[in-house]
Amino acid sequence: MTLPAISVQNLVKRFGTSTVLEAINLTIPAGQVSCLIGPSGSGKSTLLRCLAFLEEASEGMITVNGEALGFFENSRGERERLPLAQIRRVRSQIGMVFQQFNLWPHMTALGNVAEALKTVHKAPKAEAEERALAQLTKVGLANRAGHYPSQLSGGQQQRVAIARALALQPKIMLFDEPTSALDPELTGEVLNVMRDLATEGMTMVVVSHEIGFAATVAQQISFLDQGRILFAGAPGHVFAKPRHPRLEQFLDTYLDRGASMLV
Amino acid sequence: MTFKLFNLLVQASVWTIGISAISIVIGFILALGLSAALLSARKLYRRPAEFFISFFRGVPLLVQLLLIYNLLPFIGLNVPSIVAAIVGMSLCTAAYQAENLRGGFESVPKGFIEAADMAGLSPRQIFMRIKAPIALRLTFPALVNEAIMILKSSSLVSVVGIVEITRMAQDLASSTYMPIEIFSSAAIIYLAICWIVAMTGKYVERSLPGAVK
Repeated sequence: MTLPAISVQNLVKRFGTSTVLEAINLTIPAGQVSCLIGPSGSGKSTLLRCLAFLEEASEGMITVNGEALGFFENSRGERERLPLAQIRRVRSQIGMVFQQFNLWPHMTALGNVAEALKTVHKAPKAEAEERALAQLTKVGLANRAGHYPSQLSGGQQQRVAIARALALQPKIMLFDEPTSALDPELTGEVLNVMRDLATEGMTMVVVSHEIGFAATVAQQISFLDQGRILFAGAPGHVFAKPRHPRLEQFLDTYLDRGASMLV
Repeated sequence: MTFKLFNLLVQASVWTIGISAISIVIGFILALGLSAALLSARKLYRRPAEFFISFFRGVPLLVQLLLIYNLLPFIGLNVPSIVAAIVGMSLCTAAYQAENLRGGFESVPKGFIEAADMAGLSPRQIFMRIKAPIALRLTFPALVNEAIMILKSSSLVSVVGIVEITRMAQDLASSTYMPIEIFSSAAIIYLAICWIVAMTGKYVERSLPGAVK
């Protein structure tokens, strides 16, 4: 059996006194697309942010390709925080794409993609820019390399953000509602880039409201509700009738968002 | 009103511009440190900075200048009045600029920092490459504003004996009995300087990389 890309055991996340994630167990298989779906406030984005270590889980363990992320269990069975250098090393396997793109506004598209290659990986400027341009070409934006984020459409900005994450050659890509901030006619270009990436065998975890994308591209779907994974499985299994009443209710609200073919 | 009189006012404007420019630069450097202290998680750094700012924002610049001008010799520092003027103006603008910078740093969207964090940039790299450039862009219009305020406030240094535009105008007005012509000319010179600063500011703002045009 191959090692899962990410394994989550008994994860709990609290903000103050409110518990937003409870008893989360999740296995993200390598080379597959896993989608986290569920209503707003169900905790799916928080879960993804825990996988990126942008949020620290209150309890539980996360391993990335077999290595502990953030916390580990010491010999006395206590949960202990790992040294920062190790957290950074494990996390370098993960790329993240945000809902709001988060491109750095004072750098061009090329500058955004090349930045970490230069500052973190210490690549010479010419080499970093060459690699950055290759990534921009991959997302179909080589001709926008010199544009600043403010000169790009939302869809183009998100594709640059994907290129920026890919340039660091992550083993796992996390997408946090990558199309939620986009006009409907711009979501297609982003989803197409993600489809290509899935075809190449990239391990992807996608939080999305694009039920159509989840149903057609994902190998695994987890449905979250009120901080728990209600059920998980292959799309054919999850969407097959009879469905869980909570999912049925959820899908009703998405009839016009690409889910109509499933209902 | 002769050309000669007008020319004296223009010559005096060198003092106005010089004192203001030096104060803005010194004030900016002080403000960088002050804003860092304000944003610190430790009260030990935050409290003194807050006290400094509330003092220099809460006491009129005229009173600050007179206080510094009289205080420095009292504690044994016999410095020329130009130094007292620059010290007073620098400390005052530092307080205002520190608040601007604090606001700028706090307004850098969290997502930009998270993206940099995910890309593996170290905290130092995040500050130098992402946070500082974006915060400075956000505060640039306020900086230009502050420069204009300081240019006008520099008229107050006339009280410590610096013959800048306002003092020169007062001297000329009392010796020539042409106050209206003289003070109108002074007003026009101030207006011209401030206009140039504002226009330069707009130009720089527009030509910063990534600016929305």
